[in-house]
Amino acid sequence: MLTESELFEVPTISHARRAHVRLSAVKEPQRKISKVTATPDDTQKWIDLMIALRDHQDRTAFVQLFEHFAPRVKAFLMRGGMDRGKAEECAQDVMTTLWTKAHLFDPTRASVATWVFTIARNRRIDLARKDRRPEPEDLDWGPASEPDQSEALALQEDTETLGRAIAALPEKQRELIEKAYFGDLSHSEIAEITGLPLGTIKSRIRLALDRLRHALG
Amino acid sequence: MRLDEKMNMTTIKHHLTDALLMGYAAGTLPEAFSLVVATHLSMCDECRAQAASFDAVGGAVLEGGETVSMDAGSLAATLARIQGVTPEAAPKAPHAKARKAGDLPKPLLDYIGGDLDAVRWRPVGMGVRQAILTTAKGATARLLYIPAGTAVPDHGHRGTELTLVLKGAFRDQTDHFGPGDVEVANEDLEHTPVADIGEDCICLAATDAPLRFSGMLPRIAQPFLKI
Repeated sequence: MLTESELFEVPTISHARRAHVRLSAVKEPQRKISKVTATPDDTQKWIDLMIALRDHQDRTAFVQLFEHFAPRVKAFLMRGGMDRGKAEECAQDVMTTLWTKAHLFDPTRASVATWVFTIARNRRIDLARKDRRPEPEDLDWGPASEPDQSEALALQEDTETLGRAIAALPEKQRELIEKAYFGDLSHSEIAEITGLPLGTIKSRIRLALDRLRHALG
Repeated sequence: MRLDEKMNMTTIKHHLTDALLMGYAAGTLPEAFSLVVATHLSMCDECRAQAASFDAVGGAVLEGGETVSMDAGSLAATLARIQGVTPEAAPKAPHAKARKAGDLPKPLLDYIGGDLDAVRWRPVGMGVRQAILTTAKGATARLLYIPAGTAVPDHGHRGTELTLVLKGAFRDQTDHFGPGDVEVANEDLEHTPVADIGEDCICLAATDAPLRFSGMLPRIAQPFLKI
């Protein structure tokens, strides 16, 4: 693992060259940091909409979720190298899955953004038809195991804190994290990423797991 | 008692690295590595929580990222797709798990096509047996059966090798590894894993490059063993 100061030096020549090629080829617009921070109300808003969709098949809720997340999924996939047409199609698939698999959404486990991310990731892997990504054994936690309002709230707060902390990271470090998720970094390049503020959210999920194990035991 | 219940956190000492968990969350690991990660996560709540945290990082990247406008008519097309489609129903209650003692975690069962008794072992010498599992190119996954007290030939690695203990235990130059423990070895490590005396050891191992054996004989045999 590298220290923070080491991280900011250009890691390897090949890496730098690759980044240069990508930047000149894609001509990406400058990202604005202000966009990163969602207000606390937003996270809760998406959850309420998601639950309206899940429990009442509320199409108005679906429209709002679509308008917020579909353009993000499309951009996310394009940053990972998918062409515009395919990313458009894939983003539509992801939003359709949001509807059909709504029962799998569990606010004590993930924010809507996290859930949408995992659907998009899985769809991208399916479309690539290369390396499959086996899932861990299901733990039977989810809506069926008594959703807890305060637990959900606490997790959402932790998720927002995480989002703000990532937004506040030095730009190079943040860009490296983004690249990892776009699918642009090899395993050894990922190993150079340090300083992710995961402690709080991890403890929260860990406690939820303990409680679940206890309930099932 | 099930395998994963036997492995509470006090028994698992060796966990997955953050790099592997992040690669798994990003969806960029070779399939063979993802299989080891998914199997370990099925046994280890500590890493499962960390993996979920890395998913949340992905959510933050998505939420905070750029947007690209959807095509005109995109929303209408998607609304037409969900028109009349009833979302799938949630399962009524947690379905009771009726697994026998000692069963393997589900991701591994899927790749074997059954439990340990369904594995088609092939001898690789010294009583050691292996079974290659089918995964995408770029890395290989295999089950290793090491009889109690037996050593796996001294070997180094060109890439990364993950070894997850499913049953029994082994010791090498670095430490002792019991059920649920995963050893993450890179090219710096040259080691000779030896199974504990008390019990045969079964591991799930994955490599993204061929192993390098130090001895003459194993090196000749290597192409035939596919390890």
